[in-house]
Amino acid sequence: MLIKTNRSKLLRGDDIPGSEITPEQAYINRRKFLGRSATIASGAALGLTSAGAYAGLQPDDDITPESIVTSYNNFYEFGTGKSDPVQYAHELTTDPWTVKVSGEAKKTGEFAFEDIVKGITPEERIYRFRCVEAWSMVVPWDGLPLKAVLEQFEPTGDAKYVEFKTLVRPDEMRGQRGFFSNIDWPYVEGLRMDEAYHPLSIMVVGIYGKDLPNQNGAPWRLIVPWKYGFKSVKSIVSIRFTKRQPRNTWQLLAPHEYGFFANVNPEVAHPRWSQASERRLPSSLFNPNRRPTLPFNGYADEVASLYDGMDLARYY
Amino acid sequence: MINTKVLKGTLAALLTVPFIWLCWLVWLDLMQPGLGLGADPGEAVIHHLGEWALRILLVAFSVSPLRRLFMRFDVTRATLGFMFARSRRMVGLFAYFYVSLHLLAYITFFLEFSGAALLEDFVERSYITAGIVAFFALTLMAATSTRGWQRRLRSNWAILHRLVYAAVALGLVHLWWLTRDGFFELVVYTLWFVVLLGERIAAKAAPTERAG
Repeated sequence: MLIKTNRSKLLRGDDIPGSEITPEQAYINRRKFLGRSATIASGAALGLTSAGAYAGLQPDDDITPESIVTSYNNFYEFGTGKSDPVQYAHELTTDPWTVKVSGEAKKTGEFAFEDIVKGITPEERIYRFRCVEAWSMVVPWDGLPLKAVLEQFEPTGDAKYVEFKTLVRPDEMRGQRGFFSNIDWPYVEGLRMDEAYHPLSIMVVGIYGKDLPNQNGAPWRLIVPWKYGFKSVKSIVSIRFTKRQPRNTWQLLAPHEYGFFANVNPEVAHPRWSQASERRLPSSLFNPNRRPTLPFNGYADEVASLYDGMDLARYY
Repeated sequence: MINTKVLKGTLAALLTVPFIWLCWLVWLDLMQPGLGLGADPGEAVIHHLGEWALRILLVAFSVSPLRRLFMRFDVTRATLGFMFARSRRMVGLFAYFYVSLHLLAYITFFLEFSGAALLEDFVERSYITAGIVAFFALTLMAATSTRGWQRRLRSNWAILHRLVYAAVALGLVHLWWLTRDGFFELVVYTLWFVVLLGERIAAKAAPTERAG
């Protein structure tokens, strides 16, 4: 368990006396307050500063309770039901964890997870998370700037895209044993390099100040807040730099429904449902907590320029 | 000694269980949000009702073939088979009850009573179109399910009630079109439907089996 200990130290420091640790609820309230203040001071420079952590947050973006974020998951490797991951993900061993780096980069090969993350300090980022299924959450992630992660491998000029793959281990991921699935494992996702290098893109190693639970994609997963959730590939074991646009899993399964870019866009409906609004969780029966979906999930000021001149209805 | 009333009573009780179970989950959820129905309770209610609507519709669709199966054996079973067939209307009406609640839950929790949203879904989302057309087919059948209508429509009644084929098929299409992955249950339901359909075609072809 050496690695787990390292990670905990990285995240919160084992030397802090219990009396100085903020109770979780107080922490959440404080974060809410900070989030709101940050919104008021919107226009604050985006970057790896603390203000960047709350970029794009709206005044009514309350943090979703941890119990929901860790029990309502789409992680088909463990089953297609929303409660399958929390039920079965404990069967997965995440230690040791090896990541294969390949493609258009100078430093390629197999790396131990802890060696990749050890030089980078996790930052707390509170982001809206919008699923393509029209529900959303607000989650305090602990993430490493993706740019810092990727630059370690010194991608060459030929690297136009980066592709990520999830682990394939049917013994421990029962969804991969299923006979009635169309998914050709591993789960694949990708980003254009400029998207990957955007300061909002992170590799998440923790949530709510704790280690990332298996059902949320331990030991690390991608988060790209202006894109639909399916872009945010979990339990990553492969990073590949490529010249050509990778073919991501959902695009392969249903190309007319899911594209490569998957930018949150209220104006482009999914063929089977509208994307104009979303149910913010927790939603209750007689108060569905429905709210309008924002272009780029509310991060348009930060990221819209990445897509200047692109027809977003065509490149969905 | 089993009689029709006991059989129908037992069947009715069984068919009510999914509804009572749902009421219990809703009550739990209202006491403490998230407890009974999870993070997205509206969706959970809609799916629970839709799932049971389709299952019970398939049960109703199975009544006649099951009766024919029983009749193949001895007299006692034939009696049972006869009594079972008399429950067909009741099972069908239970299916309609779940389908109606499913539609109502969708209009309440997903559309929040917006007529414009319903129209948009009906026109633009094929699975909604399929579901609503199936609902109308079942409405016609439920409305004409009484003895009185059976008498008034005479031989046309049986023809009208062939709508059940369309309703079950559309129900399955509705589910196929909205499923993203994980097809196990769908494959079971569809196989069930296809097998029963085959049995009906075979029963039609054999003159002695025309009773159903």
